[in-house]
Amino acid sequence: MTKPLEDFTWQEIELGGILREPGSARDYKVGDWKSQHPVWTKSHCIRCGVCWTVCPEGAIIEEEGGYFDVNLDYCKGCGICARECVIGCISMVTEEE
Amino acid sequence: MAKRVGIEVSLAVSHAVQLARAEAIAAYPITPQTHIVEHLSSLVANGDLEAEFINVESEHSAISACIGTSAAGARTYTATSSQGLALMHEILFIASAMRFPIVMTVANRALSGPLSIWNDHSDIMAARDIGWIQVFVQNGQEAFDHSIMAFKIAEHRRVLLPMIVNLDGFILSHVVEALEFADQDTVDRFLPPYSPWHQLDPKKPVTMGAFGMPEVFAEFKMKHQVTLMNSYDQIMKVWQEWGQLTGRAYHPVEHYKTDGAKILLLTMGCLSEVAEIAVDELRAAGQPVGLLKLRLWRPFPFAALREAVYGAELVIVCDRALSVGGAGGPVLSEVRSVLYPVVPHPKVLGYVIGLGGRDVPPEAFKEIFFQAQAEAEQEPSEEFYMYGVRG
Repeated sequence: MTKPLEDFTWQEIELGGILREPGSARDYKVGDWKSQHPVWTKSHCIRCGVCWTVCPEGAIIEEEGGYFDVNLDYCKGCGICARECVIGCISMVTEEE
Repeated sequence: MAKRVGIEVSLAVSHAVQLARAEAIAAYPITPQTHIVEHLSSLVANGDLEAEFINVESEHSAISACIGTSAAGARTYTATSSQGLALMHEILFIASAMRFPIVMTVANRALSGPLSIWNDHSDIMAARDIGWIQVFVQNGQEAFDHSIMAFKIAEHRRVLLPMIVNLDGFILSHVVEALEFADQDTVDRFLPPYSPWHQLDPKKPVTMGAFGMPEVFAEFKMKHQVTLMNSYDQIMKVWQEWGQLTGRAYHPVEHYKTDGAKILLLTMGCLSEVAEIAVDELRAAGQPVGLLKLRLWRPFPFAALREAVYGAELVIVCDRALSVGGAGGPVLSEVRSVLYPVVPHPKVLGYVIGLGGRDVPPEAFKEIFFQAQAEAEQEPSEEFYMYGVRG
């Protein structure tokens, strides 16, 4: 995005609200919606990648060595990864103020 | 001089859409709009109109399909009535916000209940705020002319908004009238092929219908508001151009015998032709009466209406819809509000008439005229009046 949304005047709104730039959803950091986030117990992880596959936001990233972690900017805290984890090595931890 | 033919108005509208070379039509049959799309369907099936005719299972799907074909860059048409328009409701706002120049005929019919298939304006008045351009017509010729002009207005690069042509169900849609057709050459010269400003194209992908976050939603609406108001200039240009081609000129507020009139009746749609008869008779009897016919409903013709009432002492607004629990009819509320800043402003009284197919003869307007005149001389007894209701 060329500039923050709150700087657009009505004259600058694209006709019909169309977006010409691909991947613009990347600018919306939805991570602050969550009330909990996933934490991996690395020692139990078998590196199967099920969490990476099922994450609806694509917020899970593969790290060096084939382990997984989460990009907190985009994780909404839905908990699907924790529920689907084959061996149960993901726990959801409540956000603190 | 183009040829005059006697034809059912619904079929005349179909032929106007054919002459306009609509490329995509998605519609669901509903009384009293049925003949329009039925005839278009046979024109397409017989190869007389090269268009995609999409059969759908509801009006919600019809208008959704229209958004799809318009997004793909096709000149798009649909038609509906009453419950059908109501079923389209949520999508109507999206069509205008996404700026797709779909043209739709609404054969106006009462909204149930009680169940009614007959004419009034409650369907379109419930869809007043959808952000479309809206006009009303009073006879077959106007229905034909405006069905062609609508495409040119809607598709103009500075407009790009959908447009509704309102015609009274049965009273107009099902009558046979003698009207002047335009030939294909004339229409082709008047209306070039649709050249979309934005369309779906795999080579240049875009996102349509994205979120409007709170930071930009109001700016988006402001743009829609300004664009709809500014479409007025283009509407005037197109009507003038058509007037030069055909000799039939149209105005946002039509005047009938308003010279020197102290009392003005204001009507929309078919009521206008009946009111003309009443005005003729009242004028012959020496009454200072005239008639204003509100043709352009959106964008509302603020200046034209204020100018039209200049010198009048009383404006009698005849609504063919009731805002239950509100200030009478929608036209009354708006006219009152628009005329309030005029100094000195005329008194504005409102009558709700012709609901659910109730016949309105010229005598009704005469009776309303005398009743309103008497009411205006004192403190009006009601916020508005329901004309001809027994009890």
